[in-house]
Amino acid sequence: MIAEITLAHYLTVAAILFVFGVFGIFINRKNVITILMSIELILLSVSINLVAFSAYSSDLSGQIFSLFILTVAAAEAAIGLAILVVYFRNRGSISVEDINVMKG
Amino acid sequence: MLSSVFFYLFATICCLSGLMVVSSRNPVHSVLFLILAFFNAAGLFILLNAEFLAMLLVVVYVGAVAVLFLFVVMMLDINYSELREGFQKYRPLGLFIGAVLLVELFATFFEYSGNIKSLPSPGDVHNTKALGQIIYTDYVYLFQLAGLILLVAMIGAIALTLRKRVGVRKQVIADQNARTRAETVKLAKVETGAGVKEISR
Repeated sequence: MIAEITLAHYLTVAAILFVFGVFGIFINRKNVITILMSIELILLSVSINLVAFSAYSSDLSGQIFSLFILTVAAAEAAIGLAILVVYFRNRGSISVEDINVMKG
Repeated sequence: MLSSVFFYLFATICCLSGLMVVSSRNPVHSVLFLILAFFNAAGLFILLNAEFLAMLLVVVYVGAVAVLFLFVVMMLDINYSELREGFQKYRPLGLFIGAVLLVELFATFFEYSGNIKSLPSPGDVHNTKALGQIIYTDYVYLFQLAGLILLVAMIGAIALTLRKRVGVRKQVIADQNARTRAETVKLAKVETGAGVKEISR
């Protein structure tokens, strides 16, 4: 018999996804595209948290905020990838370690 | 009962594809696993009675963001094996930080007194209508602000990637429209039997 799905189950899934996202940022230190994808995973896990709390407390505000997270994530991906394309045009690589040449 | 089975199915696939996103060797596979993770998160949202957000996740993330990622991955000509050099070096640090974070998160929400137990049954107003009823009244300024963020992102992305290349022949419609009859057409009176002389412009 499988137990009733509670809020803690959804929070567990979100926590695992969040940790995978953070792990991805640390492990792919050179690949900017994978870092951006890890950020998307983190935002997805936050969305799951908000929607789970919203559903279990019968308050739609959480879903509204999840909507805004979706908006910001889309904008962030578009700008991040545009910067990546411009950077690749100028330098011919996307290695994160080269980006610190902008440091003054 | 059935929803429990579906929860475990979606949750397992979501977490496993999340792991594959960060550990996959080929970035195209990473993007495809990201799409799988988004689809399964949409399934979780449906189990939470948030159908509108589930559909939005599929449309926005899978339809726009993931395809954008796929475009960029395939457009940039990069040697990806070179980018994975630090993979082994950073793995202990990543594992350590991940473990610490996971323990902290679990410690936090097992401490949380779970007075919210069961999912309330959906009322007679469905999810999309209920969201619309509050997003256009209570949250109307935030909604406008979200539109503004998207506009700024769109203009920013276009301004960043637009470039003028030299040596490319393009059609300039303004120049074409600005031409007059006087500077392009010249009528010449041709004498019979003399042929066309050189016409000076």
